[in-house]
Amino acid sequence: MVKISIRQLNLYYGSVQALKGIDLDVKSGEILAVIGPANSGKSSLLRVLNRLYEIEHARVTGEVLLDDASIFKLPINVLRRRVGIIFATPIVLPGSIRKNLSYGPKLQRRLSKTAAGELVQGALRSANLWDEVKDRLDESAARLSGGQQQRLCIARTLAMQPEVIMMDEPCSGLDPISTAKIEATMLELKKEYTFILVTNNTKQAARVSDRTAFFLLGDMIEIGKTQRLFTSPSDQRTDDYIRGKFG
Amino acid sequence: MTFRIGPRTSQIIAHAVLLLMTAVMVIVLFFIIFYVLKNGVGQISLEFLTGKTREMGKEGGILPSIVGTVFITLVATIIATPLGVGSAVYLVEYTHTGPVRRLISFGADCLAGVPSIIFGLFGFIFFVIKMHLGWSILSGGLTLAVMILPTIIRTSEEAIKSVPHSYREISYSLGGGKLDTILRVVLPTALPGILTGIILGIGRAVGETAAVIFTAGSSLGMPTSVFSSTRTLAVHFYILAREGISMDKAYGTAAVLIIIILTINFIAYRLMHRFIARYY
Repeated sequence: MVKISIRQLNLYYGSVQALKGIDLDVKSGEILAVIGPANSGKSSLLRVLNRLYEIEHARVTGEVLLDDASIFKLPINVLRRRVGIIFATPIVLPGSIRKNLSYGPKLQRRLSKTAAGELVQGALRSANLWDEVKDRLDESAARLSGGQQQRLCIARTLAMQPEVIMMDEPCSGLDPISTAKIEATMLELKKEYTFILVTNNTKQAARVSDRTAFFLLGDMIEIGKTQRLFTSPSDQRTDDYIRGKFG
Repeated sequence: MTFRIGPRTSQIIAHAVLLLMTAVMVIVLFFIIFYVLKNGVGQISLEFLTGKTREMGKEGGILPSIVGTVFITLVATIIATPLGVGSAVYLVEYTHTGPVRRLISFGADCLAGVPSIIFGLFGFIFFVIKMHLGWSILSGGLTLAVMILPTIIRTSEEAIKSVPHSYREISYSLGGGKLDTILRVVLPTALPGILTGIILGIGRAVGETAAVIFTAGSSLGMPTSVFSSTRTLAVHFYILAREGISMDKAYGTAAVLIIIILTINFIAYRLMHRFIARYY
């Protein structure tokens, strides 16, 4: 089943075109990896899908459907609740762990203390962070380690009860153990969510994703089953990139 | 023969020079405070703090001036804080960097450098005469509000600008609107900086003479409303010393003024630290 359908998508920052006529379907419940060198438009793609590009005054043409409804017609807060994003650097908001987690949900609706507590616990458990922080929910989130902060960011997105989770190089600043924990979390969560994983780490894409798309300078060069794409890419440029000849 | 200083020696010299500069600064500051307190603290008594002023200040206490100072400062702060923080939010969050914003910032900087007596003159003409407010706490407070507004705008602007852009992005990505983001993320994060600006403003307002003498007058009676004329501590001190009424009482007043300012700073500092400890 198609979760997100992207048709002839172009994105312009001023006169610079960051995405060039992208056609792409994201299937429900898959992990789609997006790989490519710097400036390939990977992050820009994510910023279109939850319309974060709007705060940068970028311009978009084309269509993006989320469950067959145009994302450009959805109320912005509804879209951003349904399509969550996790950035490369974990940014925790000033305040406690609890406050970080309840920030999003509280913008949407009133929450009783118990409901908020359950939501916080559920999100932290899903992000594999509960055991490490259960005794210090009211302490400042900034005191957590880098890996813990990134899992807190994942939990914060999960607390929104999204349908699609986009990750923009979520492990680029993390050590191998933290990376492994986050990858394990993704594989567990795959049952309930659709993932779009932007990564510079081709090995990570190979490890966790079902399908992989290769982007280069705003074009989508190739998309296919991860195993197929990594073993026998159909485009020479994909082959070069995977073999580390550039990028 | 050339004389060269080794890198180690130059480090030591730089350290020593900077230490000396700091020491001179600190010594001068502490000497002023110490000198005023030494001459003034002896004058402070319960009667001095709670008594009415008699014989032009030669006798009695300074309660009317304390009350007047507190209320004028309060009026100034209550008016200038929302205006200043509001304009800063508007400048940073709602305008793009461009000629308009630069012009407003430049204007605020210029206003911050205008001598206070000019504000006094403006307050006298505008609030006292044109608006028929007379010499009053209200006129004085409004004038001081105008005077400290640029300080509050500029410090708040810097504080809000220094909130990382990524915080705003996170808030938006979690479904927050612009107002949610400003109220729940930007302002709490910028609060310590904003408070610093407000405290600087309060400090200027409490110690101001020139702008106040024109607008609040120098009456010695106990103020009964915001329309009463009053003589602030700083003005009282100025008149006592200048007219040679009583140097002892002048030092006493100065000591009280310094203690009030130190107390305000101390409380604000503590509040800020408690806030930072809770949020970071």
